[in-house]
Amino acid sequence: MKLVSLHRKIERNSGLLIFGILVVSSIGGLVQVLPIVLGEAHGTPSAGLVAYSPLELEGRDIYIRESCSTCHTQQVRPLLAEVKRYGPYSRAGEFAYDRPFLWGSKRTGPDLARIGGKYSDDWQRMHLLDPRAVVQASIMPAYPWLVSRNADHGRTIEARMRALQRLGHPYTDADIAAAPAALEGRTELDALTAYLQSMGRSMAGEPQP
Amino acid sequence: MRTTPFYQDRVVTAFTACAMFWAVLGMLAGVYVAAELVWPTIDFGLPALSFGRLRTLHTTLVLFGFGVSALIATAFYSVQRTSHVRLFAPRLAWVLFYAWQLTIVLGGASIMAGWNGGKEYAELEWPFDLAIAVAWVSFGIVFFGTIARRKMESIYISNWFYGALIIVVAMLHIVNSLALPATLGKSYSLFAGAQDAVVQWWYGHNAVGFLLTGGFLGMLYYFLPKHAEQPIWSYRLSIVAFWAFVYTYIWAGPHHLHYHSIPEWVQSLGMVMSLILLAPSWATMVNGIMTVSAASQKLRTDPALKFIVLSLAFYGLATFEGPMLAIKSVNVFSHFTEWTIGHVHSGALGWNALITFGTFYFLVPRLAGTPLYSARLANIHFWLALAGVMLYVLAMWGAGVSQGVLWLSLDELGEVRFSFNDVMAAMKPYYLLRFVAGLVFLAGAVLMAFNLARTFAGRRTIKVAPPGTHVAAGGSI
Repeated sequence: MKLVSLHRKIERNSGLLIFGILVVSSIGGLVQVLPIVLGEAHGTPSAGLVAYSPLELEGRDIYIRESCSTCHTQQVRPLLAEVKRYGPYSRAGEFAYDRPFLWGSKRTGPDLARIGGKYSDDWQRMHLLDPRAVVQASIMPAYPWLVSRNADHGRTIEARMRALQRLGHPYTDADIAAAPAALEGRTELDALTAYLQSMGRSMAGEPQP
Repeated sequence: MRTTPFYQDRVVTAFTACAMFWAVLGMLAGVYVAAELVWPTIDFGLPALSFGRLRTLHTTLVLFGFGVSALIATAFYSVQRTSHVRLFAPRLAWVLFYAWQLTIVLGGASIMAGWNGGKEYAELEWPFDLAIAVAWVSFGIVFFGTIARRKMESIYISNWFYGALIIVVAMLHIVNSLALPATLGKSYSLFAGAQDAVVQWWYGHNAVGFLLTGGFLGMLYYFLPKHAEQPIWSYRLSIVAFWAFVYTYIWAGPHHLHYHSIPEWVQSLGMVMSLILLAPSWATMVNGIMTVSAASQKLRTDPALKFIVLSLAFYGLATFEGPMLAIKSVNVFSHFTEWTIGHVHSGALGWNALITFGTFYFLVPRLAGTPLYSARLANIHFWLALAGVMLYVLAMWGAGVSQGVLWLSLDELGEVRFSFNDVMAAMKPYYLLRFVAGLVFLAGAVLMAFNLARTFAGRRTIKVAPPGTHVAAGGSI
């Protein structure tokens, strides 16, 4: 059999086997992933998009720390029922300052891409501290520790903003220098609430369905 | 008279023991988060027990603690025997052992403390990403070094799969982990938004592909023929299935992003490649079933072989369900629902855990040089595992299909028919059933850990015939 005798060369030479696996497994990524990563289109911020404020950024990093994206997606699909339930469907340009992206893969709780402004700050704070006080059937964990911890208690906001600045986020040196003062006296609860209220901001001009 | 064993099996034993430990601990974390979805206050207001952190701990422990330790153990065991030489660089193998286990211990602790990179199945922060990369390279050096020194002319099939695991997971891990550190415990991905999503699911899907599928197929290709005492049914089919698998899998990632903010062509390509993937996946299943069917009488008496055959059935189920869920019009309903969780667990429990259990029941008595402590306990474990995984999958199918249909349901005026909270409240019985299912599966794993520990406690110095006096697996090739 031709195939077997051809393959005999590969299976008797470990270098050839390694090389073969490397080449064959790379093709998909080179054709499908690389153009998206190198292309401008999917990294360009949409018109209304602004970078996260220090308080919102702190809130987003808390959202990541608590792994909120395990249960909450940030991606409204272009389906009638989703647009009706949540609001305008998501566009790539909304996520240009999201490192990492937090689209999630599972909706144990509702999508949050359009949650900003839907409830008051007070509602969000109460809900985070005791979800069942406002939504009786909720199975969300309570986050009581957020209220007793100061935002940026590790004093790293400048280092974090500096890293994002290097990655191309539009923070000026003055923005970064002013960040610690902006977080002074705020709690983690304030920060997470600010982040939640910022979601979907760049799409605020879109007509509601 | 005590003889020195020919093969370096102590490091295999060490990885096997740790795999078993992480299996029990990781599944315990899984059962606990399942309970939290039924009784949300059992985190007692403690950050470390909070659902988000504990669920991340669960996936990290079962994937990298249990899964990878089991893969390294079986790779080191089988590569020596299929190459007829001892492990290359045995000291490095021990360094790898300690480095890997330390990474899991500290990494797990870091997740509970709130370090999180935010990318699913790759949550460990950058210091751990570096440690994993270095450990993975040493895995490659020991493995390929052993192959390079082999006394057999051909490299056996199982080693192609273990080789693909090492090479491709290294590529995926390094690219997906590219990040700029801001502090010791915090970094930001080099990719942002939609671009990050495409990279992440190229990683996420192929971690499933080359670790949970490819790596464990390596396990299958060595231990199934060995255990059934039959050569692989078709060598030619193995060749075709292997290369088709390596080529096709890598394209399928975007089916995790159907109807998301990424280009349409990427989604459609991902869908088509996912459908094509059914062919190599099932080719391997057919090869395995035909191999074992020649030894079907052994199935009646041998609990270990029963685990492996059942795992093949779940492998077939999961690799059929996957392509179906990748069809966009099915995915519309299944995406974001519990169906995904059911699919993952029919693969992770039904395929990965069961084949590892079967392999360990075969392996540990050989490492210990003594028969299994209790075949009866292993049989009980078999039925607990089957009941657990079936209940789990059924619960999640029920939950997922309900969510999918109810979320998208519109009334005659075109408005959404059910509020999110109503659908969520309807999940309670399914969540309870899933918790029970997980508990049953965990109970089986605990029995197994006990059984294997007792087996190993009665160990004797192992006498292994020097190579040349025994026939390698698949000796008929």
